[in-house]
Amino acid sequence: MALDQATVARIANLARIKVTDDELQAWATDLSAIITFVEQLDEVNVDGVEPMTGVGDFPLPLRVDAVTDGGYAEIVTGNAPEGALGFYTVPKVVE
Amino acid sequence: MSNLTDLTIASARAGLDAGDFSARELAAAHIAAMAEHKTLNTFITETPERALADADAADARRAAGQVASALDGVPIAMKDLFCTEGVRSTAGSHILEPFVPPYESTVSAKLKAGGSVMLGKANLDEFAMGSANITSYYGPVTNPWVAGNGDNRQRVPGGSSGGSAAAVAARIAIAATGTDTGGSIRQPASFCGIVGMKPTYGRCSRWGIVAFASSLDQAGPMTRTVEDAAIMLQVMAGHDPKDSTSAPYDTPNFSEKLRSGVKGLKIGVPREYRVDGMPAEIDSVWQQGADWLRDLGAEVVEISLPHTKYALPTYYIIAPAEASSNLARYDGVRYGLRVPGNDLKEMYENTRAEGFGAEVKRRIMIGTYVLSAGYYDAYYIKAQKVRSLILRDFTSAFEKVDAILTPTAPSAAFALGEKQDDPVQMYLNDVFTVPASMAGLPAISVPGGLSAEGLPLGLHLIGKPFDEVTLFQVAQALEDAAGFEARPAGY
Repeated sequence: MALDQATVARIANLARIKVTDDELQAWATDLSAIITFVEQLDEVNVDGVEPMTGVGDFPLPLRVDAVTDGGYAEIVTGNAPEGALGFYTVPKVVE
Repeated sequence: MSNLTDLTIASARAGLDAGDFSARELAAAHIAAMAEHKTLNTFITETPERALADADAADARRAAGQVASALDGVPIAMKDLFCTEGVRSTAGSHILEPFVPPYESTVSAKLKAGGSVMLGKANLDEFAMGSANITSYYGPVTNPWVAGNGDNRQRVPGGSSGGSAAAVAARIAIAATGTDTGGSIRQPASFCGIVGMKPTYGRCSRWGIVAFASSLDQAGPMTRTVEDAAIMLQVMAGHDPKDSTSAPYDTPNFSEKLRSGVKGLKIGVPREYRVDGMPAEIDSVWQQGADWLRDLGAEVVEISLPHTKYALPTYYIIAPAEASSNLARYDGVRYGLRVPGNDLKEMYENTRAEGFGAEVKRRIMIGTYVLSAGYYDAYYIKAQKVRSLILRDFTSAFEKVDAILTPTAPSAAFALGEKQDDPVQMYLNDVFTVPASMAGLPAISVPGGLSAEGLPLGLHLIGKPFDEVTLFQVAQALEDAAGFEARPAGY
């Protein structure tokens, strides 16, 4: 299926990637080629087949719900592009 | 004594044990090679001082009779997808350019505890997305191999572990770590004439490896011999409580059957891998591989993996879906690049537009699309069902055979600049490696010979889940039969 410019704009918005209006058509062409490629799967009969989410043949382990680590906010936030006092900072979201 | 940069892990260990040279001398020789071959761009971050310090520590341990592992004192390259404490870890992306992890990935921690000497962080395709190592923000990697027919064009090393493969092929590192999601260890190994091994999904911990597609990503060794791959995997593997998908199984002795031969083993050759338009020389190296194993006493049988042609389209739904979710974390808030905007949303959008390259954006957008409301069942669930069928194909094949032999890649290394305009063409590089990834199976690429142009061609073996021992056994036989001694001119 060919993706139109409106669909690309919707995807880009969901993915939080800025795409300018003059880039939309190039992306539509590009992504459509890949979607067309993967649509080969339409030929496959999957009636009664369970979807596979992972390959492990063992159950996911559970652990005790307890704090086992932490107490070093300065290290955790050490890579933040902007931060203060062991916190991350972002542009103002509440007026 | 031979050149120190020609040593394997096994021969380096023997030389270190015998006192023929020190770990410091070994490190210094590789640091010099790294400096000499800088134009290959195999490293994003070089860590020569760290390497010398690691080497001195290795020498001290050896002097005290406390050798940490078979890798103690061995210089390696670390793919820049592994988080390394205090050493910048970029994943080949602009968005992680300033990122210095305050922690160490489990696999790199095991290699460090095993005494290996880290030369630096190897270049790769951005977020491990690519098959030519041309999507790295830090520039492409050059394959040390050039054609032997006077065609002097620079070749790609394959990808995504292109820096790792090129560094090992160019004798800059004795071995390197790679990661493989759809072929990212095996295809570059084939292009660079080295051994690349992807263990069973769950054999190595994914903790601290920058995530691409979590149900597929797996770390593995890249070396110049099969024996070295077994030795290195021994140090990398093992259960890790910090990765819930890490298998709670004991690690076998991967070298146990290296010298056992293949007499009596059954090797499957899947007829569906004989794809339209496959170059004759790929078919002939594959045939040669089957003949070698037959001559050594294995029984070679044709098998069928009926859903082979659907593995790649399945992959290009599942891997981007998982990537779009995993890469949502790069938001300019907690680490990495931040590009300002008028509000929070615009800051996210600007950061991700500038921080990600085209291939990464492409996959995030495909993934976002196939997971979006109204398309989730048609694409994502459908792909997960086809994935079940691909696994089922392998499960029934392995009732009849011990390992499967295929070519690693549909071509030798192509020239830099080729195949760059059409993403789907580029994706076809992984047509032979992706099916094993979808099924989580262990697989290895071993050099099989040279193309007519004089470029390396790999042979690919796929094993049963958690049966790396048999995989190494067959790979060793193949390596012995191939007797691949060629090396890139000038390295």
